[in-house]
Amino acid sequence: MEDPIHQFDIVKYLTLGHIAGREIAFTNSALFMIIAIAGITLLLLGTTTRRSLVPGRLQSLAELSYEFVADMIRSTTGNEGMRFFPFVFSIFMFVLFVNLIGLIPYSFAVTTHIIITASLALMVFFTVIIYGVYRNGARFLKLFVPSGIPLYILPLVSAIEVMSFITRPLSHSVRLFANMLAGHITLKVFAGFIGLLGAWGVLGWIGAVLPFSMTVALTALELLVAVLQAYVFAILTCIYLSDAIHPGH
Amino acid sequence: MDPTSAKMIGAGIACIGMGGAGVGVGTIFGHFLAGALRNPSAAQGQFANLIFGFAVTEALGIFSLLIALLLLFAL
Repeated sequence: MEDPIHQFDIVKYLTLGHIAGREIAFTNSALFMIIAIAGITLLLLGTTTRRSLVPGRLQSLAELSYEFVADMIRSTTGNEGMRFFPFVFSIFMFVLFVNLIGLIPYSFAVTTHIIITASLALMVFFTVIIYGVYRNGARFLKLFVPSGIPLYILPLVSAIEVMSFITRPLSHSVRLFANMLAGHITLKVFAGFIGLLGAWGVLGWIGAVLPFSMTVALTALELLVAVLQAYVFAILTCIYLSDAIHPGH
Repeated sequence: MDPTSAKMIGAGIACIGMGGAGVGVGTIFGHFLAGALRNPSAAQGQFANLIFGFAVTEALGIFSLLIALLLLFAL
């Protein structure tokens, strides 16, 4: 059977140079990130440069994505969070497009590599810390001291709050990474069964209908997971940013 | 026991933790559905809370999966 891990191999297309002994190369991961960015840019610029009052199909798609993210930010962080709209919108659209492009057969799912999701999550983490300290100063530490807690239990609660704050980038990145990785491995394993059964002749072809329909159903499920995980990643970003804006619970 | 098989067994045991996350996620969606059927008009506004609760619960399952992946590939 085809190795289900093989699809995550990084293929080097072209070496750009060396920095401190490390090779900087243009890989398939970089290629698919550029394709995703180009897709987003085409969708947003192509539909809004010649916009009409009554939106067409693609223009309403662009407007819908704007409204969707704007509503998400307003409902979780209030109006002040709207200054982070470009940040959250970029993250949401990038993760969404990368996930969806990764579902196309023979393409590469960039988010199945933890380095990508970890850098996104760390970017959010440090934005929260820097903006929280910049806006609130020392009052940012109130994040770890919830109000209305009896004094004798406060050290324990604070320790738990600090722990949960530190593990945030870990869970934030691994959630997206693990969901995409597990989904793609499952897809490839079921697709591998089709080839195995198909090699048995006519009887195998009849049997291969079963894993084939399973693969189709799984692709539909993966489509849902791809959109849902992009949404979850964006809404967690909003919730973490709201902690930076309103640190008191 | 040689270390490789011990790692494999450890990874399998670590994945038991995901069962707990499964119970938790099921509870969250089940209770959301129960509440949403009682008052469908209020359900739409709670969708963000639903996803947040789901994400926080799922994180614990993901930690155990992470331990399994670390045992299999990193250590």
